[in-house]
Amino acid sequence: MQIVVDNLAVARGGVTVLQGVSFAVRPGQALILRGPNGSGKTTLLRTLAGLQPPVGGTMDLAPEAAAYGAHADGLKSTLTVRENLAFWAAIHGTDGVEAAMTGMDVASLAHRRASELSAGQKRRLGLARLLVTGRPVWLLDEPTVSLDVASVTLFAGVVRQHLAGGGLAIIATHVDLGLPEAAELDLTPYRARILARDGFDEAFA
Amino acid sequence: MKALLLRDLRLAIRSGGGFGLGLAFFFLLAILVPLGVGPEGGTLGRIAPGILWVGALLACLLSLDRIFALDFEDGSLDLLATAPIPLEAVVALKALAHWLVTGLPLTLLAPGLGVLLNLPPAGYGWLVLSLLLGTPALSVIGAFGAALVVGLRRGGLLLSLLVLPLYVPTLIFGAEVVRRGTEGMALATPLALMAGISLGAAALLPFAAAAALRVNLR
Repeated sequence: MQIVVDNLAVARGGVTVLQGVSFAVRPGQALILRGPNGSGKTTLLRTLAGLQPPVGGTMDLAPEAAAYGAHADGLKSTLTVRENLAFWAAIHGTDGVEAAMTGMDVASLAHRRASELSAGQKRRLGLARLLVTGRPVWLLDEPTVSLDVASVTLFAGVVRQHLAGGGLAIIATHVDLGLPEAAELDLTPYRARILARDGFDEAFA
Repeated sequence: MKALLLRDLRLAIRSGGGFGLGLAFFFLLAILVPLGVGPEGGTLGRIAPGILWVGALLACLLSLDRIFALDFEDGSLDLLATAPIPLEAVVALKALAHWLVTGLPLTLLAPGLGVLLNLPPAGYGWLVLSLLLGTPALSVIGAFGAALVVGLRRGGLLLSLLVLPLYVPTLIFGAEVVRRGTEGMALATPLALMAGISLGAAALLPFAAAAALRVNLR
């Protein structure tokens, strides 16, 4: 299981935002995506997750191997922490809800409804969801938003454990995760120039 | 897959889930129509099949946009699309969950409301049977409509406009079954056509809805 991306081009809303992206991630490795806001990090991750097709190039990554962690955590506010995790575990046919809760330090909140959690606690629950998917490839979009310093360290430990078990991770982030061993990829050189459209003729074609 | 169905049922029944909204609407309609139409029993009994069917249809319509919009907003739909169960099954299960919390209770409530509307005695069995066979089509067609408008903010208006024409055949045949039943006429044809619509919709529309969802998630 490895990810090989070659000369990939991705588009958002019909406009190509990145082109010529090439990298390879092997088991046990993490890749940190860097780039200013709007540079296409989310679009690249959604493409890798199989939510949208690439507009060019090739990528070697089975969609069923990837667990996608987006800005939104996919939590139901009227379900408890345990119910939320148990649902995703059942969908992915895994168990390990308790281990996931311990891993992201939400075990003490197990009976609380997600609506009663703080933003950081919700994020930890959202990241605990990755653990119950049982999938080898983690595609994470700004996973540390609203986490405090201690939680970022906890999260880095969880990622390191995932990598040690032969997992892979591609993480888009602006902060220092404390993963010095991870490779970094700056997306700025791959940004597609947005060309001015030639008139409105296309709309009437 | 059972987990998804159970989750949707649990979410619908817990506070803020919208369960009961359609039922309350149906109930209010059946109480208000006799007051509006007046005390003449003959008129009321004659229009009762149509009123009950229109009420059930509109009650179904009320909760349609919740089928996918809530999951889209909190990101669950992205995660379900990348989950190991096919998106077609997600659509079918969500339509089934919608039917279990709207169509089925409406069907069970309808005979009671038939009394309020002075429905002739011969019609009750046919009313329940026609709703039982027809409301699944409403949920599946509605799920397809909801999948089409899922990315739109406040897509409820567009959803109603898209779905209503598709509901018309079910309404016509459903009300016809009950009307013919109350008058003791042959009703095999409208009943078979309505069951056909339900079965056809349940067989084909999950695929169409899943395709629409994939496009909208891009």
